[in-house]
Formats: sequence, C-alpha cells, structure tokens
Amino acid sequence: MRVDIWVEEMKVLVAVKRVIDYNVRVRVKADNSDVDLANTKMAINPFCEIAVEEAVRLKEKGVAEEIVVVSIGDKACQEQLRTALALGADRAIQVDVADAMDPLSIAKLLSAVVAKEQPDLVLLGKQAIDSDNNQTGQMVAALSKLPQATFASELIIADGKATVTREVDGGLQTLELSLPAVVTTDLRLNEPRYASLPNIMKAKRKPLEVLSADDLGVSISQKLKTVRVDNPPSRTAGVKVSTVAELVDKLKNEAKVL
Amino acid sequence: MSILVIAEHDNHELKPVTLNTLAAAEALGDEVTLLVAGQGCQAVAEAASHIPAVTKVLLADSADYQHQLAESLADLVVQIGAQFGHILFAATTTGKNVAPRVAALLDVNQISDIVAVEGSDTFRRPIYAGNAIATVQSEDAIKVITVRGTGFDAVAAQGGSAPVEALSAGPGFELSRHVEDKLAESDRPDLTAASVVISGGRGMGNGDNFQLLDAIADKLGAAVGASRAAVDAGFVPNDMQVGQTGKIVAPQLYIAVGISGAIQHLAGMKDSKVIVAINKDEDAPIFQVADYGLVGDLFEALPQLEAEL
Repeated sequence: MRVDIWVEEMKVLVAVKRVIDYNVRVRVKADNSDVDLANTKMAINPFCEIAVEEAVRLKEKGVAEEIVVVSIGDKACQEQLRTALALGADRAIQVDVADAMDPLSIAKLLSAVVAKEQPDLVLLGKQAIDSDNNQTGQMVAALSKLPQATFASELIIADGKATVTREVDGGLQTLELSLPAVVTTDLRLNEPRYASLPNIMKAKRKPLEVLSADDLGVSISQKLKTVRVDNPPSRTAGVKVSTVAELVDKLKNEAKVL
Repeated sequence: MSILVIAEHDNHELKPVTLNTLAAAEALGDEVTLLVAGQGCQAVAEAASHIPAVTKVLLADSADYQHQLAESLADLVVQIGAQFGHILFAATTTGKNVAPRVAALLDVNQISDIVAVEGSDTFRRPIYAGNAIATVQSEDAIKVITVRGTGFDAVAAQGGSAPVEALSAGPGFELSRHVEDKLAESDRPDLTAASVVISGGRGMGNGDNFQLLDAIADKLGAAVGASRAAVDAGFVPNDMQVGQTGKIVAPQLYIAVGISGAIQHLAGMKDSKVIVAINKDEDAPIFQVADYGLVGDLFEALPQLEAEL
C-alpha cells in the first residue's frame, strides 16, 4: 500500500545521454568494429534535451522544486551535464563507467540513482539517436516498480498524478499515472530553449557529483555484444526525369510499380 | 526452447504486422506460441489460430488488458515467459512500450527493431538512424526482441488450426489508468503496410494542400505520409510521420513530395523498393536516394500526376 500524501515541491530526475550530433553523418570503421566517433561533434541527445526542457518548465510553473540531471558514461559526459545545468537543472550526477555498456546495465544504474534520490518524476528521452534502442525509460520503470508513460507529447502534473498524452501508432492516447512515475519524451512535447551565456557561466558553479557503479551497489555484466557494424546496403544512383508524363511512363514500364 | 510471440491487435482485428513478426519467429525455427491479450478479443484469437506458423494460441481476455498498458501486459508476459527461449514483439508503439519492461523484469537485455535473424542468439539491427547495421549477439537466457515489420515478409494467414487456450488474468496494476484514445480516422491502407506511400513535407505549404496528395493516393490505393517538418508545422497529425522517430515504411513505391530528405526522414523510408522525389530544389538530399527524380514545382506536378494516372 502506498501512502497518499502529496508534497507540492517535487523533485524531478532527468537522464541525459551524450551522443553524436544529430546532423553528423556517421562513418563505419574500416575494421567493422563500430562507427567512427573520433573527432566527431557530440551533443545532448535531442530527446534528452526535450526532457530537460520539460523539467525546467515544471520548475518555472512552481510544480517542481529541484531538478537533478544524471548521465552515465566516462568523464566526457560532464560536458552534457553542464549543458543541462545551464538550461536550468540544479545539480548533476555523473555515474562514471566505461562506454558501450548494454542497455540493461544502464537501466540498473539509473534505477539505483532513482532509489538513492527518490524523485517524484523521472524524465527520459524516448530513445537515443545513436543506439536507437527506445528501452531505458521502460526498463527503469520496471526495475523501480513504477508506472510508465512513453512517447509523451503532453504532460500535466496535478494532485499527485501525471496525466500524459502519448503518441501511439493510430494517433494519441492519454494515461493517468500515480506519482512517482517514469515518463519518456517524444519530439512534440516542447521546443527546447538555448542556454544563455550567463547561465552557462553559472552552470560551472553548480554541484556535479561523480559516483561509481560500486557506490550504487550495481554489478555490471555485459550480456549483449556487438559482433560487427556494417554500412547499410547503398542505393544505386537514380535518374532525373523532365516531365510528369516521363515519370509515369518509367514507373509503369521500367520500374513496373504502377 | 520455443518462441512466444505477442499478437498486435485492437481487440477486433489481428494487425498484419503480427504476420511479419511471425516470419522472424519462423527464421528462428522453433515452435511458436502466440499470445493474444486484450478484452473481448476472441475473434482475434480465432483468426490467429488459422495461421499455419502458430502452434498454439494463448488468450488472456480481461479488462486489465483492454488497452494493453505496459504494466499489466508486461506482468502477464513475465508470468508465462520464463519457459520460452525467445519472446517477440512487433516494433510498434505497443511493442516498444512493453518489451523493455518485460526484459528488465526477466533480468535480461532487450534487442530492438531487428531486421534479420543470423542465428538463435545473433541478430541484425539498424543503428544511427539506419546509417549503420549492427550485428548483435545476446548471452541472455531469454531473448526479448522487437521485430521491424518491414524487415520480414509476412507469413500466410490461413491454413492452420492451432488450439486456443485461455489464460487467467493476473492481478491488475493499479498505478496507471487509461483515460482516452484519440485515433485518427482514415479509409486508406495502414501506412506501415501499404504497397504505395505518398508523403508530403514542408514544401506542401499548408494542410489543405495535402488534398493534392490525397487525390493521388485514392487513385493508387496508397497511404499518405509526412515528414517531421510537415507534422511540426501542423499540416497533418503526428501518426502520419515517416522517419527515425515516426513510422518505418518499405513500400513498393515511395513518392516524396516537397521533402528535402534529412537523415532522420531517410531512416524511415530508404528501404522502399522504388523511390520517387518531386522537389523544386535540385540539390535536395532526397535526390541522392531517389530512383526517379523530378525537379519542379509540386503544385504543377501533382495535378499533372493525378491526371496521368
């Protein structure tokens, strides 16, 4: 049984991931071991940025009191945590681990942070644009025994509940979750702001805590391995047609798809 | 170890993507049990029992499963899932919502959006918006997988006679509640299953101009899609979006109209058999993947195309 007392000042935990910038075209390494990320522009995953923005808006509305951002990875991800702090988060946690952990291990570390911080709301992006997994929020919800609302395009917090409109295949679906809950963001939830220079300066002084997997009592196992990475099959160069009549003729007689 | 496939349905009809998911199960080559969980969904189980690839149908019919909420459905799948070697979902919004929850509760990884089966523990899946294909190997005892429908040809829907076995519902999950659905109405074929798709982008200018695409879609029996720019501009609803964050399609013919061809859009359609691009910007990236490109004003080209068909 859960005790139904609702404290207005809620804490929001937001998970952010450092990924390749979404405009960069990736190259597969010649040895097919992975994609080549050396000297590549990195950024906050766009969906995570939307999660940070939503948390900041909840704080501006007086719904949230504190925003904690967390990222899992090596020291480089502190750059993305500082960005989140500049956007309005209050403090940051880096869980320091080597890169390329499997999704279940990430979810275990995040749910250990959830257990430690006891947030009222956990916000994540619906997927990272590198691995395209779309798993972490759901796994954290499962491991933390919390309800989940994925692919959110609208989030309303009131009376200890989250009312979430989700983007589903046929249209939209609205759910009501008891808090604490896990919500993952879709692209249309909001339009993230840019960090101002004064806020970037201020963010440098905000607290950033570094934790290890041991600190969190999580043992990491690697059960999912990437055997190789290939280029996708490339398409052969097409032809330009000059008229609609020629296009229709080619579709009928050459491609035979009409 | 046998395979559990979770049926995709709306309580009335079995969704065609289930047949593609079963094709992935067939590639794994073991006995397949199909789970139909919903409310008032006996007709779905009946239809499923006719699929030759299915050995047994499990039917969980309860108010708890009416909307296939992640919490209740995951608990049900976990309850019966431990005896299976593979648990397969379609990579739809329902499958993506539930499968990771199932995997975490079983303390195993989940493998998303597979497009090929290389062996019982090895799968291929696109990463980086489809710009690389990863081959992944799982050491987990149970492989929980979502299957990209366009990666597998559908299995036959008729000719089998699998037994249907009823399951009792577990305790419902009380922390989440369904409020309402707002589903888009359409007489056109489902976007992910259509053999012809015509999509509009920012170049369409406004929502009314999508009628130009509708007229052509009606003649071709096509589905109408959109780029993110068209959805964000409010031209059309989000469920029409094709791309990395929208739907993945691989029709026989994809016609991109007024779409520049950003990486994120290409991720959703570049496995189409034939791609046609109509764009007034001859440098638009979409022309690099188009089999047939027409450089020109779409407002002139579309009425002509309708007249030619």
